[in-house]
Amino acid sequence: MTISAQNLDLTFQTNDGPVQALKDVNLEISKGEFVSFIGPSGCGKTTFLRCIAGLEQPTGGAISVNGMTPEEARKARAYGYVFQAAGLYPWRTIGGNIKLPLEIMGFSKAEQADRVARVMELVDLAGFEQKFPWQLSGGMQQRASIARALAFDADILLMDEPFGALDEIVRDHLNEQLLALWARTEKTIGFVTHSIPEAVYLSTKIVVMSPRPGRISDVIESTLPRERPLDIRDSPEFIEIAHRVRDGLRAGHQDDA
Amino acid sequence: MRTVFPVLTVIGVIVALWYAACIPMNSPWTIQQLERAGKTMTVTEHIADTWAQERPRLPAPHQVFQELWDTVVMKKITSKRSLVYHGWITLSATLLGFGIGTGLGILLAVGIVHSRAMDMSVMPWAIVSQTIPIIAIAPMIIVVLYSIGVQGLLPKAFISAYLSFFPVVVGMVKGLRSPDAMQLDLLRTYYASSAQGFWKLRLPASLPYLFASLKIGVAASLVGAIVGELPTGAVRGLGARLLAGSYYGQTVQIWSALFAAAILAAGLVALIGLIERITLRRMGMRT
Repeated sequence: MTISAQNLDLTFQTNDGPVQALKDVNLEISKGEFVSFIGPSGCGKTTFLRCIAGLEQPTGGAISVNGMTPEEARKARAYGYVFQAAGLYPWRTIGGNIKLPLEIMGFSKAEQADRVARVMELVDLAGFEQKFPWQLSGGMQQRASIARALAFDADILLMDEPFGALDEIVRDHLNEQLLALWARTEKTIGFVTHSIPEAVYLSTKIVVMSPRPGRISDVIESTLPRERPLDIRDSPEFIEIAHRVRDGLRAGHQDDA
Repeated sequence: MRTVFPVLTVIGVIVALWYAACIPMNSPWTIQQLERAGKTMTVTEHIADTWAQERPRLPAPHQVFQELWDTVVMKKITSKRSLVYHGWITLSATLLGFGIGTGLGILLAVGIVHSRAMDMSVMPWAIVSQTIPIIAIAPMIIVVLYSIGVQGLLPKAFISAYLSFFPVVVGMVKGLRSPDAMQLDLLRTYYASSAQGFWKLRLPASLPYLFASLKIGVAASLVGAIVGELPTGAVRGLGARLLAGSYYGQTVQIWSALFAAAILAAGLVALIGLIERITLRRMGMRT
C-alpha cells in the first residue's frame, strides 16, 4: 500500500469550540492509482490530503505513506503537492520556479537544468522557461506548478483542487493532459475536486466524502478503461458512475436537508 | 504632455498665493518706513516694495530663487557661503545615517520575524523610540557621544539613523511576513529549512516593501541630519544655515536653505525610486 489510513480522526480546536474535520477515515491507496476526493465544503477532503502530506497532525488513528509516517515521508520528499493557486514566485522565471524545489533539495546545476527541461516538456511548456509568471495564462501557470511538483521525481502527486480556479474549456484540456501525464509517469495521484465529471473522468477510485463530521460515505472503484478519450464522458458507463457519486453526495447531505 | 498643464497650473497657483501672501505679511514694515520718512507711495509702489525688502517676514519667490541661484551656482563650492558646500556636509551625515539606520532596521526586522521573543521585546521599544520628539533627544545624543569622544559626522549620522531605522523595521517586518500560508506550506512540502525559506521566499518577497520604507527613511534621515546640526550651534551644514538665518533675521537665507533641503530630499527619494524600478524590473516584477 502506498497510502494507508486507519480510523483517522482530526479535531481542530477553534474559538467556537472543537470542530471534527475527520472522523474514522479508513482508506487504502495502491501504487499507481488515481484517487479523487469529492464532497461539499467542510467534508475534510483537503484536510485528509494535508494529513497525507504531513501538513496536518491527525488527533487519532494511524496513517502511513510509503510505509513511513507522513512526517518522515515529507522529509524523504516522497510527494509533490499542487495547490489550488499556482503560487509561482513572481520574481522567478518559469524555469526558475520549477528549479526552486531542486535548489532546496540540493541537486547539482546540471541536474537541475536537465530536470527542468524534462518536466517542462512533460506539461507541454517547452520554450517558456525564460518567461515570467505574469506573462502566462492561468492554465499555463497551473501547468508550471504541476511541473514544479514533478521536478524532483516523487512517486506521489497530491493535488488540491488544482483546476478549481480555471474555466471549463481549459479544465477539460488540462484533465486530458493530466491523464496522459499519469500514464507516462505511473505516479500515484491524490486529487481533490468539487466536480463530479472531473472526478469520474480522471480516477481509478473515487472517494465520496460528507461533512460534519468529515467522513467517507462511499468509495467507488471505476470500471472505466485506463485509456480515456474526452468523449468517454457520454458513455453509459461514465454516466452510471457519475450517478453513483451523486447519490453518495446526496446521502451525505440528507441530515442537512 | 497631458500632465504638464495641470502640474504647471498647480505651481502657478502656489506662486500666485505666495506673492499675494507677501503683501499683508510685509506691508507693516513698508508702512513703518514710510511713516518714519514722512513719504507716501502709490498702491503699485507699495506692493512692489513688499516683494523687495531686505529682511521680509515672508520673502517673495523671486528673492528666494535669487538667493538660491547666488549661493548654489554663483559661489565656488568650497566657499563657506555656498549652499552646495553646506548641502554636502548635511548630505554626507544623511547618507551615513541612512546606511546605519537601514542596516539596523533590516537586522531588527529579521530578528523580529524569526524570534517571537524579539517580536515581543523589540517592537514596543522601536515604537516608543519614535514617540520621543527628535528635537528633545538630539542634544542628549550629541552630549553623550561628545563625552565619550565621538564628534563630527557620527553624532549627526546617529540621529539620522535614529529616525530612519523605524520605517525600515516596520516595512521589512511586513514584507518578510507577506508570503501567505500556501507559499509557506509549499516550502514545508519540500522540507525546506527556515534559512532556505528566508533567502528564497521571505527576502525577495519583502523587497517591494523595503523600497517603500527606504523612501520614507531617506527623507527622515535628512531631517535627522539637519536637526542634529541645530543644537550644537554647528557652523556647517543646512541646519547651520537655518540656525544662522534665524539668529540674524535672514529670512531669505532660511527659506533658501529650506528649499535646498527639500530639493535634496526630493532628489534622494527619486534616486531610491530609480533603484527600485531597476531592481524590481530585473526581478521580473511589473512596476
